[in-house]
Amino acid sequence: MPKRIFYGLSVLLLSAVQPALAQQFESPGSRLLATGGASTIEGSGGGGIVPWATLSSYADEGEWGATVQMTEVQVDDFSLSVQGASFNWNNRVEVSYARQQFDLETIGGELEQSVWGVKARLSGDLVYGAMPQVSAGIQHKRNQTFALPQAVGATDDSSMDYYVSAAKAWLAGPFSRTWVANVTLRNTEANQLGLLGFGGDKRNSREWVGEASVAVFLDRYWAVGVEYRQKPDLLSFAKEDDWKDVFVAYFPSKHVSLVGAYADLGSIAGLASQTGWYLSVQASF
Amino acid sequence: MKIGLSAVLLLLGSMISGAVQAQSSELYQQLGERSGIETIVEEMLLGVADDERIAHYFADVDILRLHKLISEQVCNVSGGPCEYTGESMAVSHNNLGINNADFNALVEHLIAAMEQENVPVSAQNKLLALLAPMHQDIVE
Ligand code: HEM
Repeated sequence: MPKRIFYGLSVLLLSAVQPALAQQFESPGSRLLATGGASTIEGSGGGGIVPWATLSSYADEGEWGATVQMTEVQVDDFSLSVQGASFNWNNRVEVSYARQQFDLETIGGELEQSVWGVKARLSGDLVYGAMPQVSAGIQHKRNQTFALPQAVGATDDSSMDYYVSAAKAWLAGPFSRTWVANVTLRNTEANQLGLLGFGGDKRNSREWVGEASVAVFLDRYWAVGVEYRQKPDLLSFAKEDDWKDVFVAYFPSKHVSLVGAYADLGSIAGLASQTGWYLSVQASF
Repeated sequence: MKIGLSAVLLLLGSMISGAVQAQSSELYQQLGERSGIETIVEEMLLGVADDERIAHYFADVDILRLHKLISEQVCNVSGGPCEYTGESMAVSHNNLGINNADFNALVEHLIAAMEQENVPVSAQNKLLALLAPMHQDIVE
């Protein structure tokens, strides 16, 4: 192709794309502030540890949106770092990616995992209408450090989680505050998210687990809430506990959100009562 | 005689204001009553007019009439002493092709206007909860 035509085409393409990009950056989508929620440690949009029926970013019908996130969790004997990104098309489909590094600070060593997620909004809307917003999603997880998980009884280095979520907001709930609740039902065989592999020597079967979150908005920008996440318990070397956290979320604008939490992750890899803090920052486009 | 007349007027006056008082809710008062509501709706419409996502819907609309009607409606749903004299939401928004994003854009300007006027969060939420059900008649 002659150089000039190529050049002309690229200028045309750029000039077509640039205003759209600039506009996207100015206003990251039409959904109301905070309805994009936060990023979970598995990359999907939601609370901190529970994927919600809401889709990430502020993209509404006829729009697209994206987020990037960084999350750090520090409990007594472990730390978890997460970097992730997500893409939302039409508030209909969310695609997400997250990398997790899990530092075994006391035991020594590091575990790593990557998670690809897809979530689709099936029906309803978080804010409008009587019915909750219902979404279904999958998370494809691959553990990149399978030697240790295998040594303690995990059977696979990769697996899928499937989940269905329902979320609803009450604009003027108790105390005339806006409340949001989400319940998620997940089918999984992941040990500690998958950081300790999939399947196990104690039980080698998929399980249904329940997860839930409730949050109340103190004003337009600040929310506090709790999350609970059931976990399977498939490895005989160490008991796996349910997770819970109490969080504070801050949405100063549609561009950025911050979540701080106190998390109780129970027993991990034989080390009991792991509690500590959780900090997550997300940018939306 | 003079005293009698002013007593009657006083009595009438207190009866009327009593009736208004009974009708007008806490929410109506928190929104700043009639003048507060008119200011909020005006600020909302200014925001809308400046918003390229949705301004085009209002290009050929009589904005003064719209301001009057939306103010009446907000006054009415918030428990104020107003009658809404416009068309139903379904009829007035029929075939405009308003989608979810457009609806949220307008709500955003309403929230911004209420924030601007220092309406308490509880009152903001109550008004939004009263208007949200109209979504189904307005959005296609
Ligand atoms: C809760 C949200 C809304 C309320 C309470 C509301 C209220 C009203 C009222 C009272 C009228 C006048 C009806 C009449 O002419 O008799 C009206 C007309 C109109 N509304 Fe809305 N509206 C809402 C949302 C929207 C949205 C999201 C849009 C577009 C983005 C919109 C666009 C219009 C237009 C263009 C008219 C004028 C129609 C005409 O005169 O032909 N409205 N609205």
